[in-house]
Amino acid sequence: MSHTTQVPHRRPVPEPSGAAATAPPPARRRPTSQQWAAWAFLAPVTLYLALFYAYPLYRNIDLSLRDYTVRSFVQGDAPFTGLENYRTVLDDPTFVPALLHTVVFTAVCLVFQYAIGLALAVFFNQHFRLSATLRALFLVPWLLPLIVSASTWSWMLNSDSGVVNALLSAVGVGPVNWLTSPSWSLTSVIIANIWIGVPFNLVVLYSGLQSIPASLYEAAALDGANAWQRFWRVTFPLLRPVSAITLLLGLVYTLKVFDIIWIMTKGGPADSSTTFATWSYQLGFGNLLPAFGPGAAVGNLLVVAALVFGLIYVRVQRKQALS
Amino acid sequence: MNPMNLTNRSPSRTWWKTAIGLLLTAVMLFPVYWMLNVSFTPERDMRKSPPDLFPAQGTLDGYRRVLDEQLPYLATSLVIGLGTVALTVALAAPAGYALAKLRPRGGGILNFVLLAAQMIPGIIMAMGFYAIYLSLGLLQSVPGLIVADSTLAVPFAVLIFTAFMSGIPGELLQAAKTDGAGPLRTFWSVVLPMSRNAVVTVSLFAFLWSWSDFVFAGTLVNGGAHEPITLGIYHYIGNNNQEWNAIMATAVVASLPAAVILVLAQRYVAAGVTAGAVKD
Repeated sequence: MSHTTQVPHRRPVPEPSGAAATAPPPARRRPTSQQWAAWAFLAPVTLYLALFYAYPLYRNIDLSLRDYTVRSFVQGDAPFTGLENYRTVLDDPTFVPALLHTVVFTAVCLVFQYAIGLALAVFFNQHFRLSATLRALFLVPWLLPLIVSASTWSWMLNSDSGVVNALLSAVGVGPVNWLTSPSWSLTSVIIANIWIGVPFNLVVLYSGLQSIPASLYEAAALDGANAWQRFWRVTFPLLRPVSAITLLLGLVYTLKVFDIIWIMTKGGPADSSTTFATWSYQLGFGNLLPAFGPGAAVGNLLVVAALVFGLIYVRVQRKQALS
Repeated sequence: MNPMNLTNRSPSRTWWKTAIGLLLTAVMLFPVYWMLNVSFTPERDMRKSPPDLFPAQGTLDGYRRVLDEQLPYLATSLVIGLGTVALTVALAAPAGYALAKLRPRGGGILNFVLLAAQMIPGIIMAMGFYAIYLSLGLLQSVPGLIVADSTLAVPFAVLIFTAFMSGIPGELLQAAKTDGAGPLRTFWSVVLPMSRNAVVTVSLFAFLWSWSDFVFAGTLVNGGAHEPITLGIYHYIGNNNQEWNAIMATAVVASLPAAVILVLAQRYVAAGVTAGAVKD
């Protein structure tokens, strides 16, 4: 709205600024008109952020503070219950397992994605034929729709007809009920998610490696450092800023992983792969009787966690930009 | 010995690295191969143990089912993808120009809000959108899903545009101004044409993310008249647990945009991933 009304205001500006280009004094006047122009260009996105980020977030907080039923959800007259939904969620027997699974899922995925991504980045940082082509092919898992990856992994991990169990039995290991046994379901979704996350780590860490000057390696090599020492003494320390950014972003994005787990196991069996993300969805949409309030409460806990790590990320990034 | 290694890059001395690289790529892409393999596997061989590693007696039944049943879903996804691209570019390009070149007061705060917005989990947004769309009657509508999907890309897009447009020389904009162009004219006739690469990068990602979206589709248009391909696959998994060749054939078709983008626009993808290291 406001940006269309501001366009005429900017029209008269060019006339005096024709002189502004040659003489410095009118430049002092430029900022105010430029401010108008700037915010006219920013108005759509600001309005958009308010409408489609702030308001849904607000609605979600509102949902978590009221006692919603399907009827009051439609009519909008749910009674205010304060933190009752949060209490319900904390007392729920699913809370502790969900918290534990979220922590384990996030930590294990991060460690493996980073380690594999870094190893591959170091490998592809060498010069050999097809290096660039193969590195590009590694992007495939990251580009595929999550439902494609998740359903492919579901079938590969199928207990009776899956190729993973077929390969295991070929080396004499008994069949594993990857998706149907409570002791393996979390491992299964972790494996699939690591596969999806490796390309991102590879690409970002590779670009970090590219910025390390080759002369440092040559100097280290002349000093008699072997490949292993060169990695730990040169590559790893110099890559620390990029590593920090990669890990923090990975942390924020792994916390909110939902699609993979939901499609592969729906958080089951018996909540054995439930994380906060799937639990929140389960409460809000997964049952015949939706519990919007507690669902939103779980979701908000997740938002808080994501934002805390997000803020740390912003701080680290800013510090790096300054240095 | 070691300095030799660093300088000597003749193909004859690095062939074994290529071999290892090929092996690693093969391992990494095995699930993709398996998806293709299963999509060609006939129904009767689906439960064979051990499964065929190669579809020697392949069938196109799965793809026939895609043509029969999934075309409306694919069309919906295409419309939603293009709509998301248009909305995202229209919102983000002017914002990027302002943040990069016009130095707005409070721009830093806006930048921060955009970064924070990317941290919000999709399901939380979905729940909020659900509550809002329910009261507005926008559930199961394509425009509603386009708006929701654009939230996946807009903050990222503003970042990309800002980073790219910062690189446009100030003298050029000053010259446009001297010639009497207002900010709008400068943006439309100078900045936007020069930002073609950024527009391509943003469009690719916006399209890919909305094409791949499952969370918003599952909550906002589930059961509606127009459902995207991700829900098409999801319904397949739910209903026909046995017909995995049809499921995997649909998955292959749903992966085509990603494949096309990787082949035709790989440099834009790599640029997008590393620019600010943002990803959903």
